[in-house]
Amino acid sequence: MRINRGIKDLAFAALTAAGAFSIVVFVVGIVAVLVGNSAEAIRTFGPGFIVSDVWDPAHQKFGAAASLYGSFITATLALLMAVPVSLGIAIFVTEIAPGFLRGPFGSAIELLAAIPSIIYGMWGLFTLAPIMSQIIEPALQQSIGSFPIVGALFSGATRGVDLFTASVILSIMITPFVASIARDAFLLTPPEVKESAYAVGATQWEVVRDVVVPYSKFGVFGGVVIALGRALGETMAVAFVLGNKHWITLSLFEAASTITVTLANEFNEADSDLYLSSLFFLALLLFAFSFLTLAAARLLISRSRQRRGEK
Amino acid sequence: MRIWKSFLIALAVLGAGACGRSSNNTLNGAGATFPFPLYGAWAHRYNAEKGIQLNYQSIGSGGGVKQITGGTVDFGASDDALPAAEIEAQGLLQWPQVIGGIVVVYNVSGVSGQLTLDGASACGIFLGEIKNFDDAAIRVLNPGLSLPSAPITVVHRSDGSGTTAVFTHYLADVCPRWQNQVGQGKAVNWPTGIGAKGNEGVMNYVRQQANSVGYVEFAYAKQNSASYANMRNRAGKVVSPSLESFSAAAAAGSYDPAAHFYTWITNTGGAQAWPITAATNILVRRDKLEASKRVVAFFDWAFTAEGDAQARELVYAPLPDSLKERVRAYWRQHGLQ
Repeated sequence: MRINRGIKDLAFAALTAAGAFSIVVFVVGIVAVLVGNSAEAIRTFGPGFIVSDVWDPAHQKFGAAASLYGSFITATLALLMAVPVSLGIAIFVTEIAPGFLRGPFGSAIELLAAIPSIIYGMWGLFTLAPIMSQIIEPALQQSIGSFPIVGALFSGATRGVDLFTASVILSIMITPFVASIARDAFLLTPPEVKESAYAVGATQWEVVRDVVVPYSKFGVFGGVVIALGRALGETMAVAFVLGNKHWITLSLFEAASTITVTLANEFNEADSDLYLSSLFFLALLLFAFSFLTLAAARLLISRSRQRRGEK
Repeated sequence: MRIWKSFLIALAVLGAGACGRSSNNTLNGAGATFPFPLYGAWAHRYNAEKGIQLNYQSIGSGGGVKQITGGTVDFGASDDALPAAEIEAQGLLQWPQVIGGIVVVYNVSGVSGQLTLDGASACGIFLGEIKNFDDAAIRVLNPGLSLPSAPITVVHRSDGSGTTAVFTHYLADVCPRWQNQVGQGKAVNWPTGIGAKGNEGVMNYVRQQANSVGYVEFAYAKQNSASYANMRNRAGKVVSPSLESFSAAAAAGSYDPAAHFYTWITNTGGAQAWPITAATNILVRRDKLEASKRVVAFFDWAFTAEGDAQARELVYAPLPDSLKERVRAYWRQHGLQ
């Protein structure tokens, strides 16, 4: 009986360990494939690949700067738009909404996450892009477009197929991730603590600001990091509304490109070895970029936890 | 227990699927997206007549070439013909199957008449040098139209595409500055404009955006009842895009069986020839004679009057008869028929 249990435990441990190690094997394998396939581009362009914004397949000249820039801008903008809205949703669902509304709202958020990205892309092209180009972008241009410095962000013709529209779609797509993780984190706040705050006369706003949010900070931050990963990796939805132009532009109303969009658009028809290799190099950079972002986020969390004396 | 049961059932289903796949009743092909609707329509009729199933994956011309050289399909389809040396090196055979044309679509506010362009003005527009519709280079070709002084938005493909390869080949052919500054290929570094995904993306965007110009396969312009420009061809004649003018371009092309039909039929010399025309090609392997013979049987059936009628219905131009005969001779020469 005891031996049997020992074997079962051992088997269980082995199974979970195999699962954990397989992740490492996958990651190492992916890096190996990416490095191997991008070897030719690395040899040809060297580190200059990262800072060059030339992408000219006809003349076999490639650089990643424009795609990297597009990925960075769309992901950042999407987070800026999505995080406040998501936190609002989560606070409403956990703290403010009457009980009978919490279920439907929760399900609605999760349903939003289940919509395939191609649907977002088509909707973006056919419905959102005209609205952006005819209503929202002209309004932005007329109101803050004349400000110094900031105005440059909103200059140029309003065409609706640009960095701004792509970021809006991305923000809609990542909202459910941040919102549902934030909701779960908020729900972990011990009710006793909240009740004591109310008992000493705190308002609802004070309870949210001083009790719930600090308590669930790390959980929310984790949700934001996951959303960032999704924003960086999203492809189809962005491909429809970004215009795929390889250049670095200050204006948000201009077409641009991201790494994933470049890969999806050009991988199938890349006919030379150097072209294909450059696409793999782009993928490698995206992998490194994502890894660094996630690692930095982890570091940030563990640092501030240590400062607070938590483990 | 339940898990094991469903696992066994799944295994049985997979096994049955693998056994049920008979290689003599199916043909597998992959490649160009442009002829996909036509190959699908042909396959449907052919299956009804001969009981042979055709699976065609429209994954793009480049993918078609990769799959046939890798030997994972019975035939590949590519809008770009491969040069003879490459066909020889890879042990392939290649022939043109059907002709398509590319048209310049436009959306100019206030202009209802037919716009006419030539190589130089098209080149200027897509280079971003001709910035307004009332530019002298456009006005001189369209004396009857009152063109607005509105800035032109150029719309091009954002994804790698055979359509782009043909269009940029034409521009490079008629305009040395295009060749020097931009070059030609399935994806190029566009000097101006915005990119849209697929023919449908370009078409949709030109329709949405006032004063815009783009290029799409003729069928997309037809289906969307878009305005498309007439072109002045190499013979100096103004021609409209039509199945007849596409076939005329192919008839004037220099198709050589010894070079595995590798050629371009953009800007050919025929008086009625549409200048931005291309054939889409079929590729088979020489070392898989049996499969290649069945592929040839299918595409030979597609050369009949019945196949041609289906092609015209879906806005593809059949090969001229003289060229069909040359393709058939090529099949016989390589033992495929």
